[in-house]
Amino acid sequence: MRIPLSWLAEYADLPAGTTPEALHAALVRVGFEEETVHGGELSGPVVVGEVLELTPEPQKNGKTIRWCSVRVAPDGQRAADGGEAVRGIVCGADNFHPGDKVVVTLPGAVLPGPFPIAARKTYGHVSDGMIASARELGLSEETAPLSGGGILRLTEIGLDPEVGTDAIALLGLDDAAVEINVTPDRGYALSIRGIAREYGASTGAAFRDPALEVAAPSTDDGAVRVAVEDATPIRGRQGCTVFVTRVVRGIDPTASTPRWMANRLRLAGVRSISLPVDVTNYVMLEIGQPLHGYDLARLQGGLGVRRAKPGEPLTTLDGQQRVLDAEDLVITDDRGAIGLAGVMGGATTEISDETVDVVIEAANFDPVSIGRTARRHRLPSEASRRFERGVDPAVARAAAQRAVDLLVELAGGTADPGQTWYDVAQAPAPVLLPALAVLRRTGAEIAEPETVAALRAIGCTVAPGEEGLLVLPPSWRRDLLEPVDVVEEVVRIVGYDRIPSVLPVAPPGRGLTRPQRLRRSIGTVLAATGGTEVQSYPLVSADQQAVYSPGPSMRVANPLDASAPLLRRSVLPGLLDAVRRNRARGLTDLALYEIGLVFLPAEGVGYGTAELPPIGARPAPELLERLLGDLPPQPVHVGAVLTGDRVAKQPGTAAEPVDWRDAIDVAARIAAAVGTTVRLRQATPPGYHPGRAAEVLVGEVVVGVAGELLPGSVEDVPGRVAAVELDVDALVAAAPTAPDVAPISAMPAATQDVSLVVAEAVPAGDVRDAVVAGAGALLESIALVDDYRGPRLPEGTKSLTFALRFRSPDRTLTAAEATAAKEAGVAVAAERTGAHLRE
Amino acid sequence: MSDAQPTEESVSAAVEAALAAIDAAADTAALKSARIAHTGEGSALARLNAGLRDLQPAEKPAAGKLVGQARGRVNAAVAAREAVLAEAEQAARLEAERVDVTAAPVRQRPGARHPLTIVRETVEDVFVAMGWEVAGGPELEHEWFNFDALNIDPDHPARSPQDTLFVEPVGAHLVMRTQTSPVQVRSLLERGAPLYVLAPGRVYRTDEIDATHLPVFNQFEGIAIDRGLTMAHLRGTLEHLARRMFGDAARIRLRPNFFPFTEPSAEMDVWHPTAKGGARWIEWGGCGMVHPNVLRAAGLDPDEFQGFAFGLGIERTLQFAEGLSDMRDMIEGDVRFSGQWGLVAR
Repeated sequence: MRIPLSWLAEYADLPAGTTPEALHAALVRVGFEEETVHGGELSGPVVVGEVLELTPEPQKNGKTIRWCSVRVAPDGQRAADGGEAVRGIVCGADNFHPGDKVVVTLPGAVLPGPFPIAARKTYGHVSDGMIASARELGLSEETAPLSGGGILRLTEIGLDPEVGTDAIALLGLDDAAVEINVTPDRGYALSIRGIAREYGASTGAAFRDPALEVAAPSTDDGAVRVAVEDATPIRGRQGCTVFVTRVVRGIDPTASTPRWMANRLRLAGVRSISLPVDVTNYVMLEIGQPLHGYDLARLQGGLGVRRAKPGEPLTTLDGQQRVLDAEDLVITDDRGAIGLAGVMGGATTEISDETVDVVIEAANFDPVSIGRTARRHRLPSEASRRFERGVDPAVARAAAQRAVDLLVELAGGTADPGQTWYDVAQAPAPVLLPALAVLRRTGAEIAEPETVAALRAIGCTVAPGEEGLLVLPPSWRRDLLEPVDVVEEVVRIVGYDRIPSVLPVAPPGRGLTRPQRLRRSIGTVLAATGGTEVQSYPLVSADQQAVYSPGPSMRVANPLDASAPLLRRSVLPGLLDAVRRNRARGLTDLALYEIGLVFLPAEGVGYGTAELPPIGARPAPELLERLLGDLPPQPVHVGAVLTGDRVAKQPGTAAEPVDWRDAIDVAARIAAAVGTTVRLRQATPPGYHPGRAAEVLVGEVVVGVAGELLPGSVEDVPGRVAAVELDVDALVAAAPTAPDVAPISAMPAATQDVSLVVAEAVPAGDVRDAVVAGAGALLESIALVDDYRGPRLPEGTKSLTFALRFRSPDRTLTAAEATAAKEAGVAVAAERTGAHLRE
Repeated sequence: MSDAQPTEESVSAAVEAALAAIDAAADTAALKSARIAHTGEGSALARLNAGLRDLQPAEKPAAGKLVGQARGRVNAAVAAREAVLAEAEQAARLEAERVDVTAAPVRQRPGARHPLTIVRETVEDVFVAMGWEVAGGPELEHEWFNFDALNIDPDHPARSPQDTLFVEPVGAHLVMRTQTSPVQVRSLLERGAPLYVLAPGRVYRTDEIDATHLPVFNQFEGIAIDRGLTMAHLRGTLEHLARRMFGDAARIRLRPNFFPFTEPSAEMDVWHPTAKGGARWIEWGGCGMVHPNVLRAAGLDPDEFQGFAFGLGIERTLQFAEGLSDMRDMIEGDVRFSGQWGLVAR
């Protein structure tokens, strides 16, 4: 919302010299966000000039400049800057001619920018001022279709002033508008009326209500009748609650919009179109009531308000042919729909430059209905914006009267004495504000007289009662429903700076949960061991999803990028995107990790609910269970991707390229970070090297996969890519909540190696597990130290050498005891894996 | 070889010869040879020692003492020479092992946590220290928790596909949460009141990516519901957070605003005393007193319990805390970006 200062000053006592900044500050204080300032940046001698003669002078650079002689003061008088009455001015534009009235900025003037104007030498002349373009004056919005942004020719905007006239006053360039952001609950503030009241409440300045300054009739006897019906109200709300029509006959169709009105409309951001249309817009901006004007001659029969028939056609004012929905509220005449109520009028009854008899409509429509129609037809208008946020139903007659008065005054028409007035609007209900409500909600000490004054300033009627204040909200405040709504108004007006600062004391908390602590631990361990954390975009394409995590996917109905509509089942696609981005920037040795949610719907399960319970109430228990729980599993995953060299080539150190072992190592580090160890099982997860990948298990629970990605499968990433992805939730759930501890034995250890020959296909892990199972409690540790394959072994076999360390808790082991334990391990390995001792 | 007669002269000569040889030994091998030659079997001293057998009993003590002292002197000289030589050889060996430490290899590249994680944990720790708990919630959320439970009208414009990502099938009322506020009602339902919870997490909007907007970003939501909480407690809590994050000179300013789920509602600015480019007010987030309808949605009696909530963007916090011009750096995964922070909050 843009507020021209001169307009606001008509209804609120702005102190002389109030700056846009001061106005902004006053409005920010009561909850309007500051946007920007329009206009008001032009100063100094800026006058109307007449081009006497001009000489085109082609230049070496290909441009042609015009050397002009311009009269800037009547003959025999000094110019506004004290200089000569006729000036030589160099101008680059070519859209003007001798005899044109133009705006001349004389030396000493300052244009928005700021650009100070001075006499200066250019193209071989002294240019003693500047002929201004519409854009330089800040008028391009208004004149763009006329001058195409070139020099402003005053006749184009209907002006033929005396040479030497102060152009700043003429064009209203001394006025400025502040732009503010109005929150959606405060439709009343989309008007000078609403803002003037708020300014008064913020600063204490006197406020005059423009709706009360006109005398509107209270009759229902107009010539243009209206039939309002709504057989299918939306959410039980009547589509139209107020409908007023007035008629003004015999206006002068050639009458033009006066300069002051055009200036204010321009500053408010509304284009001037024609006097009758400008009048309806002007009153809407001033009072907040959208108006619509019809050409009486083009109406057939009386007006109606009803829901559209499904598929009913309508051509709106913008020339668009629209197909209506049964929810759309329309204005009709005898032929059918002639306008989208509260959104946009129709073409058939539009006011034209031949209109002499005008019908003014001032109505009130249901915000929900208007909002839906504006969104359905993608047709946000100044009217719909106001109706969606709520228009004061009590000002329809006053607004219509104000428009009638302006038409009569400016276009010379005669108003019909009659008025059509349909009105079923209900007054807001009173709210009881309990005695200590403001203090209890805000902690601010605000005395009752101050509370009452604040509420009266925003238009409430306040009466003291037994248990508190009885507050009757004004007709334009449909949002004041509960005591808390009233509390906000009180503290908003007295100022949020009255709220003290008190630190609350929470009951003792339990700290971070175990999963939260362990998730942090994973991040710390991965980063401390060379990983760099990334946060990638969690929507992926169907192709990306299919590579690493085929399966049912949740799909976004309206994704930002139509090629990436699926919620990720794996964090790998995002990590690989980050790898590619780093590689494209010359960073090739990478270890990236991400910790984040993935979305794992089960096949054939319907998630969500068809029901959507209403606001302000706890849903029934059975439904609440489904609201809470009927979502696809969204576990936290940790993923890591490594490429390039794990250790770069350095003096005395060969490069160590990344391979599958790095993935396994990362899995082990992640497990250590949550206090457990993992087992590995040879596997062929999708997207991985068929012989270099593992399932990662904690106990018997599979918590993820690790290994080398299929070589050459990762676009733009040559070399081996190691990857690991684990389900953190599953990992944490499977990890022991306490370490398995026992006293440490100080007895001497007995160490023995054992070499076992098995078929090449037998996993070393199985052999190791078998030895552990067989060797019993004396075996303290086991480590695979060699895997030999070669000519000294039978074809198709390998020799695995394990280093074993035995220890007893209470005695020195004899060699015979250690050997016996070892042999027991070998026996189980033989039984399970076909292993035999190497000769 | 015959045994020799130990006399003062013969013993002295043997000792002199031994000491000269020991002294001349240039390395431990030469010293070993000298030792064997002058103290081993067949050496002059050994023969003199053997010669003691042939002496008269009366002469034996004096001669024995003479020979014993001589052997002692020679052995001591060997030990002394050995120590000198060992030290020199150790020194030579160590010198041979000298390296250029400035050419040390990098065994383990340094990694880094994402600065957004560091900010999130810093904030979590501030609240955990006050007794609050940290809660999470689903990113794919039921529409009721994201909107209706938060008193957002079914016809509110934010619920249109222009602002919210809807998940198929659309009739099932599933959305990508547009804010962390749904955790408010989930927490109230799961934990009841009193409740002091911080909920950090990812949220989704239909914003186009630019320097100050990301379609997927992180927020933290705070909610405190108890008996007797007021907006003064909201201010106090935010002020405490601001001071922990930006120093003791930080302050909080509240401006009236509108959110459907709070009443009164406020926009919160923070005075950042050490902001890059100079101390100033910076818009930080939205907050207010939880709307009675939100409490009703969770089955609480708004006459008994009330409290406050706030929502702050983590990306935005990082952006102004560090003076970053472009948020896109936060999502591209360039290792040089996170590398600037390393592992820890400072």
